[in-house]
Amino acid sequence: MAEYQNIFTRVQVREPAYPGVELPQGSLPRIGKPIFSYWIGKIGDAQIGPLYLGFLGIASLICGAVAILIMGLNMMASVGWSPIEFVKNFFWLALEPPPPSYGLSFPPLNDGGWWLIAGFFLTASILLWWVRVYRRAVDLGMSTHLAWAFAAAIFFYLTLGFIRPLLMGSWGEAVPFGIFAHLDWTAAISIRYGNFYYNPFHALSIAFLYGSAVLFAMHAGTILGVSRYGGDREIDQITDRGTAAERAALFWRWTMGFNATMESIHRWAWWFAVLTVITAGIGILLTGTVVENWYLWAVKHGVAPTYPSELHLQDPNLLQGVSQ
Amino acid sequence: MNMRDHQALALVTVGLSTVLLTGCEAPSHEIVQRGYRGLAMEQNYHPDRLAAVIAANQVPAVIPAAAPGGKLAKDVYKNAQVLGDLTVNDFNRMMVALTTWVAPKEGCTYCHEGVKWESDGVYTKVVSRRMLEMVRDTNANWKSHVAETGITCYTCHRGKPVPPKVWVSDPGPKHASGVAPTGQNTVGKTVAYTALPYDPFTPFLLGGENGSTEIRVVGQTELPQPGEKRNRQSIKQAEWTYGLMMHISGALGVNCTYCHSSRSFTTWPGESTPQRVTAWYAIRHVRSLNNDYVSPLGAVLPASRKGPLGDPFKVNCATCHQGAYKPLFGAPMVKDYPALIGPSQAEVKAAAAAPVAVATTAAPVPMQYVPAPTSYQPTP
Repeated sequence: MAEYQNIFTRVQVREPAYPGVELPQGSLPRIGKPIFSYWIGKIGDAQIGPLYLGFLGIASLICGAVAILIMGLNMMASVGWSPIEFVKNFFWLALEPPPPSYGLSFPPLNDGGWWLIAGFFLTASILLWWVRVYRRAVDLGMSTHLAWAFAAAIFFYLTLGFIRPLLMGSWGEAVPFGIFAHLDWTAAISIRYGNFYYNPFHALSIAFLYGSAVLFAMHAGTILGVSRYGGDREIDQITDRGTAAERAALFWRWTMGFNATMESIHRWAWWFAVLTVITAGIGILLTGTVVENWYLWAVKHGVAPTYPSELHLQDPNLLQGVSQ
Repeated sequence: MNMRDHQALALVTVGLSTVLLTGCEAPSHEIVQRGYRGLAMEQNYHPDRLAAVIAANQVPAVIPAAAPGGKLAKDVYKNAQVLGDLTVNDFNRMMVALTTWVAPKEGCTYCHEGVKWESDGVYTKVVSRRMLEMVRDTNANWKSHVAETGITCYTCHRGKPVPPKVWVSDPGPKHASGVAPTGQNTVGKTVAYTALPYDPFTPFLLGGENGSTEIRVVGQTELPQPGEKRNRQSIKQAEWTYGLMMHISGALGVNCTYCHSSRSFTTWPGESTPQRVTAWYAIRHVRSLNNDYVSPLGAVLPASRKGPLGDPFKVNCATCHQGAYKPLFGAPMVKDYPALIGPSQAEVKAAAAAPVAVATTAAPVPMQYVPAPTSYQPTP
């Protein structure tokens, strides 16, 4: 019998390469002749290719390449076109949004204009890829859950780089394109707006993010645990419950009194993942537009408790005529 | 999978782990609680690094006190403008101290023109006179920062003619001519190796009593205020402040929570620690040092004591602190050298009619443009 009890896949089913269902009339062809890889078979399907890009995929890749090229060339320019400096500083380099003094106007190319153009092409690339995800699902006769989950992430991306800057009246509020630069920005927005720890939507997003990881581990562990009883045939077992589904259900019912089902666990996972970015986006949307200082907001609404302190320092700025 | 594959895999894993671990500090840190429990009000110390900082911050032996009595220096020496009221013995003891602290290898002639002691012919003489005035002003008038501990030449110089930790306005890395510099996004050695603005000193520690740019960025109301009262500070502006704070943290070897509450960086009553008050005065003190003492010396300093933009080596937190929460871990050096405590401001004002030093009368060298964060504030 096939052996499933390992951290890597032990079973590789080999069939003649399957190119997939017929493409609709007028589609661009699939790319590449299928090959098989033993090592890829360890972590997934051993068959590589063919790949369908189509018009949307190609357009998306071109837009993405333009965006990456603009970012990369701007980074190169910021180190005087030196390839060595580019590699040494790569994690620090960035394409910054325009200084806030430009507001929502189109700044000179070298002072944030390239950021706007790169952002446009990156957004175009992402949206085209979204349509591609939607269309591939429909063409395969699938429902569009994947596309809508991706749309939630795109909502968060657009909130950070487009919607909130629009509401604040300044492109300068947006996130820079750069590895450390965008991390510094993340810390800076929390500092500027009085500590995101007290932003309830930030808290919700973290709960859903960590919850997603926990659910992922619980589900994966459960299914691997019952795969010796055919539990990896999850979809069959939604309607045709076998001993695998029963054991998995019993395990969680005995452990925590409640269990999801072979179907609903996937809805749990989907909603946790999707709500991570939706709540994150709401938290960003409210920052600076509706709430100025999250800590003070939390104090006002009784969210942040007071702690005993013997120190009641006064802001030295408020001391008039103070000696040095 | 055969045995050889397993061994190769194990070797690769060990190799990768070693590479990744070289970026880490060996455990373990000491954690010192400094506030109410559960609020992360704590300082982290790594024993090895702390030992290195302690070793690097040792106080030199006190120079034996001079024999009392005798004539005053101003009656014996010509051109003794600052320390003329000392006795000759005390005056010479201070000269020995200065040499030991600042130019132990170079000796008297680092500042003096041969044995023409009264000559101001060497630029370092003019500079050291102004530095003496700076130290005396600090010890007399900036007790809000230096308390009774005070400073001496050694606090910054540590036996070297140029203090080991100084700063100059940083034009940033060489970039293509068409690029408008953002002042950030390179390896920020002064700002904890982040991509934050790498020269937070020019806007915050120079340019008038209040600096050229406001440090405070956080809103003081829970909701945005309408119209003119709106806090216009941008996230980019916050990054400049953040950069300055990272410098302070590194220079003093402390965490953010040494001064700030983990809950609200901006709130004073009930949240901040008393050290934040000291730091508030310290920032103003350092500005005064740079504006009133160091920058005007640009008129006499040679290019080797200036940065790429032509501004002299200046003072920031690291110049004195050098990794310690108090310079030299709070050793009260100045008590053995009372000559380094100058007249109070009231006395200075009374004597203001007389011109003091050569350097102050010289026009300061105009600063070249440095990309300071003024454009980082949105138009209202």
